Amino acid sequence: MTDNRTLRWFLFAYLALVFVFIFAPIFFSVVFSFNSDRFPTIPLGNFTLKWYQTVWNDPDVWEAARTSLTVSLSTATIATALGFATAYTDYRYSFRLKPIYLGLVLLPPTIPLIIMALAMLAWFAKLGISGQVMSIIIAHSVLTAPFAMAIIRLRLSQMDPSLEAAAWNLGANEWSAMRRVIVPFCRPAIISSFCLTAAVSFDEFAISWFVSGLNKTIPVIILEIVTGNIDPQVNAIGSFVFLVSMTLVIIAQVVLMTRRKKEN
Amino acid sequence: MVAPLVEFRSVVKRFDDFVAVEDVNFTIDAGEFVAIMGPSGCGKTTTLRMLAGLEAPSEGNILMDGRVMNDVPAHERDTPLVWQSLALFPFLTARENVEFGLQMRGVGAAECRRRALEWLDRMEISEFAERDIASLSGGQKQRVALARSLVIEPRILLLDEPLSALDANLVIRMQSVLTKLQRELGITFVYVTHSQSEAFAMADRVVIMSRGHISQIGSPKDIYRAPANRFVAEFVGRNNIISGAVTKTAAKTVTIEGSLGSFTVQTGQHDAPRKGDVARFVVAADLAQISVKKPKSGNVIPCSLISEEFIGSVVTLFLEAEDGSELKVQLQERELSKMDLKSATTIYLSWADEHGHYIGVD
Repeated sequence: MTDNRTLRWFLFAYLALVFVFIFAPIFFSVVFSFNSDRFPTIPLGNFTLKWYQTVWNDPDVWEAARTSLTVSLSTATIATALGFATAYTDYRYSFRLKPIYLGLVLLPPTIPLIIMALAMLAWFAKLGISGQVMSIIIAHSVLTAPFAMAIIRLRLSQMDPSLEAAAWNLGANEWSAMRRVIVPFCRPAIISSFCLTAAVSFDEFAISWFVSGLNKTIPVIILEIVTGNIDPQVNAIGSFVFLVSMTLVIIAQVVLMTRRKKEN
Repeated sequence: MVAPLVEFRSVVKRFDDFVAVEDVNFTIDAGEFVAIMGPSGCGKTTTLRMLAGLEAPSEGNILMDGRVMNDVPAHERDTPLVWQSLALFPFLTARENVEFGLQMRGVGAAECRRRALEWLDRMEISEFAERDIASLSGGQKQRVALARSLVIEPRILLLDEPLSALDANLVIRMQSVLTKLQRELGITFVYVTHSQSEAFAMADRVVIMSRGHISQIGSPKDIYRAPANRFVAEFVGRNNIISGAVTKTAAKTVTIEGSLGSFTVQTGQHDAPRKGDVARFVVAADLAQISVKKPKSGNVIPCSLISEEFIGSVVTLFLEAEDGSELKVQLQERELSKMDLKSATTIYLSWADEHGHYIGVD
């Protein structure tokens, strides 16, 4: 038994270390965002909101925040819609080339971001739509739709296969059954996929940097600020971005988990 | 002549290379309680799903009220189905589940609510109307599923093994709920099951299927007393199937000689077999008799006792004949207590001539 306990403690300590490793940089970034010293050194200076004030008064940051918000909300909507459609296709139909279809759908996240960003830039330039907010939205939708598809597909796999047929049997045509049965059943997955794709899009840097042109998103502006000088307002923006992403991810998790609990 | 409510005309259903239903013909009259029974994979559920429009026949026609239904989509048929999994909508309350079919038919909100509550009340679960489906027990869910199908006032209700998930006591209870409902509503029930006890307890007529074919159609009594063929005789159980070569044929009778002896049975509806054919007949376990003294005449097989099985007042004895084949006898416990079987080395199984039921050659 003692062996078992030692092992437990060891594993627990290991887990704790992993979390420290992941969260320490973010934690210090948040701490330094309230530190009056210009350079991130210990001991800390005084508590200050000065960096947040600087950010607050910077019209460029506001512009970037607006762009980021537009991009992430539009991306989330498009990616979730696309993800739902592909997941439903997979659930409902069987066809000969389905493994290839699914492989293609799940491909984008496996492509290195830099390659994808370059390819997107070249493609958009050819189409004459590069450097617009729309180009970021399109690129992000391509990147995040597979996540949405995976989440919704998992939910559909938990559905009683008779459920949709039961709706038809009770007089619902295909559209009503979709609207009244499939979508409500998938609602938790749709909400979480919306939040997660929004979070991914909100954080994404490489593609945004390549295709955004003059429409900078928050990650792009952070890079511009840190290029060449050390400026603690980056910590302030970083803390804000972290807060937004975490909120979205936590909402996604909570929605998925409460639903599961309720059904068991 | 009034057309039957449902008619299957030479219906075939293929899934790729697999033939699920092959040349099925039968009719169902309005107000009948019909059970479709068979082992799993016999095509009974496919038959039901075709009736609901969830599968399209590969060949043949399905008619309702004389109208060919093949191309009528599922949602335009009034053929509600009670699913094996129940398929209740988990994100709706009990009442909302029942309202679904009415809403699809454009019934107003207030009327939907009124009729849904009326049916929940009729199924004695009105107190659970606003509960989530997940919080209901198996029996309560069953009742919600019935209410959801019946609230649209169909002329026919389809049931696909709806009681298979319930425990034995609840099954008996729901059987009486179903038979009572069917009688009160006067509508047609088509009930698919693999359970003989469910089919025999409820149905007016039973359709027995095997490997996509219909093996026999008849009342529970017909099927029990006069199985049409070997499959039905075996499926119904509690039958002794005796086979042998045909040695003599006469008008309406045939003599079959096998390892258990030579017996003469009436051929009934069957075609007369030829000499030398291997033919079979059935002696129902509850029509056979046993004795410790050898009966003077009649059909007798000497056996030894292997085991007995008590079910309340009825006892089934499992016997072994000299050639090693197993035979069954069913009798009342009080009859058995009069006999001294334990000390007897040989037990004689016998039956009257009219209880040998010929099931043909195959």
